[in-house]
Amino acid sequence: MIQVTRHSRRGFLGQMFSAGTFILGAGPLAKAAQAPAPWMPNVFVAIAPTGLVSIIAHRSEMGTGIRTALPMVLADELEADWKRVKIEQALGDTKYGSQNTDGSCSIRDFVDIIKESGASARLMLERAAAAKLGVPANEVEARNHEVVHTKSGKKLGFGELAALAAKQPVPKKEELTYKPASKYRYVGKDVAIIDQNDIVAGKGTFGMDARVPGMVYASIERSPVYGGKLKSFDDAAAKQVKGVEGTAVIDGFKPPHGFQALGGVAVIANSTWAAMQGRKKLKVEWESGPNATFDSAAFKKSLQETARVPQKMVRNLGNVDAAFAKAAKTVEAEYYVPMLSHAPMEPPVAVADFKDGKLTCWCPTQNPQAVQETVSAALGIKKEDVICHVTLLGGGFGRKSKPDYVAEAALLSKKLGKPVKVVWSREDDIRFDFYHTVAAMYMRASVDEAGKPTAWLHRSVFPSISSTFDQTSEYGFDVELGMGLVDTPWAIPNQRAENGPAKNHFRIGWMRAVANIYHAFGVHSFIDELAHQAGRDRVEYLLETIGADRKIDFAAEGTKFWNNGQPIEKFPFDTGRLKRVIQLAADKSGWANKKPTKGRALGIAAHRSFLTYVAAVVEVEIDDKGGIHIPRVDLAIDAGQIIHPDRVKSQFEGAAVFGASLALMGEITAGDGRIQQSNFHNYPVARINEAPMLTNVHIVQSDAPHSGVGEPGVPPIAPAIANAIFAATGKRIRELPIKKTKLV
Amino acid sequence: MLKLKVNGKSRNFNGDPAMPLLWFLRDELSMTGTKFGCGMGLCGACTVHLNGEAARSCTTPMSEAAGKAVTTIEGLSPQANHPVQQAWKQCNVAQCGYCQSGQIMQACALLKATPKPTDQQIDQAMQGNICRCGTYQRIRTAIKVAAGVKA
Repeated sequence: MIQVTRHSRRGFLGQMFSAGTFILGAGPLAKAAQAPAPWMPNVFVAIAPTGLVSIIAHRSEMGTGIRTALPMVLADELEADWKRVKIEQALGDTKYGSQNTDGSCSIRDFVDIIKESGASARLMLERAAAAKLGVPANEVEARNHEVVHTKSGKKLGFGELAALAAKQPVPKKEELTYKPASKYRYVGKDVAIIDQNDIVAGKGTFGMDARVPGMVYASIERSPVYGGKLKSFDDAAAKQVKGVEGTAVIDGFKPPHGFQALGGVAVIANSTWAAMQGRKKLKVEWESGPNATFDSAAFKKSLQETARVPQKMVRNLGNVDAAFAKAAKTVEAEYYVPMLSHAPMEPPVAVADFKDGKLTCWCPTQNPQAVQETVSAALGIKKEDVICHVTLLGGGFGRKSKPDYVAEAALLSKKLGKPVKVVWSREDDIRFDFYHTVAAMYMRASVDEAGKPTAWLHRSVFPSISSTFDQTSEYGFDVELGMGLVDTPWAIPNQRAENGPAKNHFRIGWMRAVANIYHAFGVHSFIDELAHQAGRDRVEYLLETIGADRKIDFAAEGTKFWNNGQPIEKFPFDTGRLKRVIQLAADKSGWANKKPTKGRALGIAAHRSFLTYVAAVVEVEIDDKGGIHIPRVDLAIDAGQIIHPDRVKSQFEGAAVFGASLALMGEITAGDGRIQQSNFHNYPVARINEAPMLTNVHIVQSDAPHSGVGEPGVPPIAPAIANAIFAATGKRIRELPIKKTKLV
Repeated sequence: MLKLKVNGKSRNFNGDPAMPLLWFLRDELSMTGTKFGCGMGLCGACTVHLNGEAARSCTTPMSEAAGKAVTTIEGLSPQANHPVQQAWKQCNVAQCGYCQSGQIMQACALLKATPKPTDQQIDQAMQGNICRCGTYQRIRTAIKVAAGVKA
């Protein structure tokens, strides 16, 4: 964990003035050298004699608002005036702790240290003011960028106190005090994101917009089959293209692939267009290797067959077999979710400049420290010699946690001796993704005479993310198993979860909400099937199957449950909170009064993920041609305490669209080992006329610790849509995307 | 040599006339507000105005842009205070923001042609612009705010 300590001015300045500057040059640096020294009480904040407060954003901005939200917390605790705050994006550096912006954990993991950073600096400013005024420390108080002597009304600005505060000892943690919520100026308020003005003016700097003088552009031809090796290539025609300067080979990866560059032939040119045109003229032969015969349809069958027979037990509660044996009735179903691609609007892109044994890069990355690790390993240099500037990300969704594209730019820059920008086309993005994995699931339940479940079996089979780091891995690991497979909320006495083996034939990665996507689809479709079999209202049935308010003790039942890597004592699995969001979503959607009619109905699903409780009620309309419309979604969420309500809402609005995309139309397939989709015409994502028309986000006021908001909105959307379609049409969706099922 | 106007300024182009306008704007003029998203006119991130009409710059060759007036997000208004840009801020539309230049340019073209659009007209005009973050409902609201119609 990070400590709040003093930091040298030199380290901070170097970083502060390079992080926001994408065109290298003497201008800004020279200006910085003349500027008076700011005081830097800790790694997250600096106060200049001018009064300018610089706050470091160490997490990546891909649309969640984190570049605003965490600095806002610091400014509030510091009593800084937001108008006199400047946000600086951090370089990759372990001194900040983890910068890996995924797993919906930026607020959860850093709100305390950020508060501490602000409170510590505030106390030092207050003590400096008290010393200067010669008054007791308890008579002064920081207020809106000043320290005020409450008796005399004398005021000293943060800027004039900075140098004095620098001489104060860093307070002990026990000495710090925190503002009560009632005194917050920014936390809990809807502060505009700091990049908003730039974005609407077209001035935001994304990775695609980074450039350095003397830079060349590269477009890379890679093996169409995962793991294929370069046999030969002919670049004569490519070199004839105007603007093309040459070609360069990037060696293939050594298994496991991890985040390494895939390898390939790069066409180097003086513009993006020329590089892309030259690449089209390349003639490349590949040794495709063992994956050349891979076929999605055959693989699907094999996964489904695996799911039909007993597999490795990962949860066992009571005795499912005994319950099935004596049950009056059992119900079974199979579910299938295909591979998916992240498809952020900005394809992978990076600028790298290798000079004097050091590599400087500018890239849209969710994880600058992984960039340092990956690039240093690729180039054989020290991690510290990789200087990673983080730009704005044009979407991430997990794709930009994996810096293979930065490694490509770094390798090329070293090879060519000049700065290189690697630009992925949309086709590259879709064909060479770290895919969200395919999953086949088998489910079975026994029910009593009243239709109440007495036993529950869930078998899940999917190529695991762990194969990215260990190519022999064929089973899911704790993270995937703990995303909806072993952690059902049911009060069913007999429950078993199993996980079967599956090989990877592509790079498997994590995508927004990860394994929750398929597990929630299976679990919450199947419970809806059971409710229907029982002839019950689905909300009532859901609440009854969850049972009494309690904190589920997975350890006591012998289940290994990951719980997002967090202590279960701090973040219990609280069925009361889950039931509350179900009730809230039902109430707000008007569930009780909107009985299904032909072609129009509501569906519900509720899921805890990333320690957050979410219930979704989705309204669907099916037109005469079987077209699906989603006029309204009601999401009730309990994510604990909230920093920025508007950005929380926007994350859930977006999750409804992301969830609708994968439910309705998302599918990646392969034949002959080659990915069959390439761009938005054959890998469609929801457009404005296909997305939910209106998503209402209802936030439960909570004192619980902050939990995730970026991802947990996604999992309940697909099952809620599928359940609504069933209610409206009688057609049960057991396979995504829904477009594969004819509804009329 | 091709000649065109970009945000009111005359520009010359000597390169491959098949090169899309997008790359001229981005790589040659360093005007990076216009974004690359798909290269096939499928996502709308590259939307600019060509003689006042919304156009996908990624599929508009320079030969077609020649002699025309191009407006990009940078040239939409001098202070980035076009009513559509203001509405975008008021509604906190952007998440990652990458597609929003294109969304704004498309919305401006819509409102020019249809000052008081209905939901159907918004769907019709905006369905070529993908937002993967899913800001559509705020885009819809912002268009209505800019149009002065009830959201």
